[in-house]
Amino acid sequence: MLYFSNLKIFSVLAVIIITLLFAVPNFFGKDQLETFPNFFPKQQVNLGLDLQGGSHLLLEVDTEEIIKERVENLNADVRRVLKKNNLNYSNFKVSNESLKFIVEGFNSEIQKEISELSMSNSQNILAMGDQTNLIITQEENTVQINFTEEFVKQSVSNAVAQSLEIVRRRIDELGTREPSIQRQGSSRIIIQLPGIDDPDRIKSLLGQTAKLTFQLVDTSVNFDPFNPSKAPIGSEILASDADEEFKYIVKKRIMVGGENLVDAQPGFDPQTNEPIVSFRFDRIGATKFGRVTQQNVGKPFAIVLDNKVISAPVIREAILGGSGQISGGFDSEEANDLAILLRAGALPAPLIILEERSVGPDLGADSIEAGQFAAIIGFIAVIIFMIFVYRYFGLLADIALIINLFMVLGVLSLFQATLTLPGIAGIILTIGMAVDANVLIFERVKEEIRNGSNMMNAVENGYKRALSTILDANITTLIAAIILFFMASGPVRGFSITLAIGIFTSVFTAFTFTRLLISFNAKRLKPNFVGLSKNA
Amino acid sequence: MLNISGTQINFLKVRVITFILSAILIFLSIGAFFVNGLNFGIDFKGGTLIEIETSQEIEISGLRDNLNTLELGDVQVQEFGSSKNLLIRVEQQLGGDQVQQDVVQIVKDSLGSYLSSDINFRRTEVVGPKVSGELIQSGAIAIFVAVFAMLVYIWFRFEWQFSLGAVLALVHDVILTIGVFCITQLEFNLPIIAAILTIVGYSMNDTVVVYDRVRENLRKHRSKEITDLLNLSINDTLSRTIVTSVTTLLALLSLFIFGGEVIKGFTFAMIWGVIIGTYSSIFVAAPLLRYLDVKREWNTTSAVDSTR
Repeated sequence: MLYFSNLKIFSVLAVIIITLLFAVPNFFGKDQLETFPNFFPKQQVNLGLDLQGGSHLLLEVDTEEIIKERVENLNADVRRVLKKNNLNYSNFKVSNESLKFIVEGFNSEIQKEISELSMSNSQNILAMGDQTNLIITQEENTVQINFTEEFVKQSVSNAVAQSLEIVRRRIDELGTREPSIQRQGSSRIIIQLPGIDDPDRIKSLLGQTAKLTFQLVDTSVNFDPFNPSKAPIGSEILASDADEEFKYIVKKRIMVGGENLVDAQPGFDPQTNEPIVSFRFDRIGATKFGRVTQQNVGKPFAIVLDNKVISAPVIREAILGGSGQISGGFDSEEANDLAILLRAGALPAPLIILEERSVGPDLGADSIEAGQFAAIIGFIAVIIFMIFVYRYFGLLADIALIINLFMVLGVLSLFQATLTLPGIAGIILTIGMAVDANVLIFERVKEEIRNGSNMMNAVENGYKRALSTILDANITTLIAAIILFFMASGPVRGFSITLAIGIFTSVFTAFTFTRLLISFNAKRLKPNFVGLSKNA
Repeated sequence: MLNISGTQINFLKVRVITFILSAILIFLSIGAFFVNGLNFGIDFKGGTLIEIETSQEIEISGLRDNLNTLELGDVQVQEFGSSKNLLIRVEQQLGGDQVQQDVVQIVKDSLGSYLSSDINFRRTEVVGPKVSGELIQSGAIAIFVAVFAMLVYIWFRFEWQFSLGAVLALVHDVILTIGVFCITQLEFNLPIIAAILTIVGYSMNDTVVVYDRVRENLRKHRSKEITDLLNLSINDTLSRTIVTSVTTLLALLSLFIFGGEVIKGFTFAMIWGVIIGTYSSIFVAAPLLRYLDVKREWNTTSAVDSTR
């Protein structure tokens, strides 16, 4: 076991040197790295948000809201079909997932009509080849209509994908540095924002669905804004965005919606110097808007955002150019954010923030400093202890330990794994545990010597005997690290990564590098080199 | 020169004492778990945590009284490492995930108007009820899976007797670690789960080394009485057990002292776990084999070759 062919020596050293090369960039500044030759690795360790400062948000798409909206649409469709066919229905019940009503004369013709209407209204969601998205059951005169499970699943999945895209657009609009936005599970979104420790603005941007609609104000009834009476059928009462107490009564019918916007920009009203948002419609939107304004000159229309009225100006003349502006008494940042929201589009459903973890840059820097210091002290303590116990062999193990530490750093940089505060703890723990493989070997060597082997044989047998123990012992720790990796997220996952890398590098260095060092000096080894007294 | 090699300590002689000691500790741990319970941090309980740094020293009780007027339920304020670093904890609010978000703003506004010094918000964590529920579940599952995986691994590499002994020792370690958190009422957070999993790995590592030697000695000394054989195996590996524990503890102590406040709970758990894990390998896992009727006739051509 002590003989190494040249090829072996070469490959062991090559692996170590290449890994170490990948650790090198971490000791230089970004600008210094620029001056390095091209072949040289330049990737530095990826610091986790807890070390570089930043914000982690876990959001969930409110999927119930999506289903509710679907059922709401279905409700309108079904009533329309029933009315069209002059069927009288009663006991109409809308639950979370289904419609139920009693009707006479419900037949397969009508059933088909409902199915087709519902299908045509949800084209964009259905998978290719789907025959229907409804399950209609009839028992005498009681009819129940449900969505198919597949359709519900697909609706949710679509909404989440769409939300992801809109969240990405909104965050990109803010010009955040290297944000990471990922889907997690079926309805969640993880957002990582390096360098942002107060995500208030982002949270408020994401907290709005930003559904913009233009609706006419219902002027047919007498109405006290502070004490509204019940709205007539076809109209609804909405609060003002600026003042919760001030109500408007607007027609439910949407003239134009935010989906027809092509651009929105913040600006200032040239006359009043008040911050405004100017917008532009696409062709369909422009046509619709032109027609409605033409027919309703002199009447007020409401600009509604997320069911709150931003403003309700009076239409002075037909607006045919397809552009306009919103002024609602907001400051310039609010105008800016509104423009961002309108450009990015509306979320299909509200987002709920489930978890937020933000770390300021100071704490991150302090953690790195403390971690480095702890690592150095721990390192020195272990090095001294090893030399104290194993003398010359201890020194070799220490050299291996240093190599080992840089290899962990190199592997982290190579794979662009994320180093977190618990990850640093993992490296420090590795310092303590990495010598274990060597300890097992050295103890075996001592034992062999006590049993009468000569030094060379003792080292040979020591390595041979210790192998299976070392593998068994390290595999158990590795199992724990792997389980942790799959169970944890964020910082704790960083711990499992450094722990696992440390296990591999320490077993590797013990079996190749320290052995190689010992073999260089094999002829001159003496028992006291491994910490036994001379007369043992 | 440190030399622990060649010891002949009769570890099994004291097994009754150590078993009783372990039983008492387990009893205390379980008792504390039901009496005190774990002091869950916001990872598992939900709520809001804000760490601030101020330019001047702050009188904590005054700040606490001020924050308690906000009607946010239980608000805790404590020093965190120094008198200018404070940790503010607000319990989870009723009303679901969305409501939790308002707490941060309310507390920040209140701090801004109450404190005259500059405030640096170092850390803000908000965990809603949904996530905290999931975290506690996945944490518990991870520990069970880890212990089970060890059981299976040892079973494959050794025999069921070894597997059972090792897992009993492991359960012992996990219970005592959770127990120490129940007794000290130190905050029990996500990193503590990571620590427990690492302890599971470490303790197993220690146990495997002893068991490996037991198996080897079973082959080598076929006629030796089991108690003597176990003693011999523990003594054979004692030096390694101590050296590795010491190096690991040296590294952990350095982390505990210099590694900063955030990681302290984790490091404490690890230090405790390494001590308990080492103890259990020698005084629980190995002596247990005496009662588990280990097989004496090992196939000498098995994967692990130790014949001369």
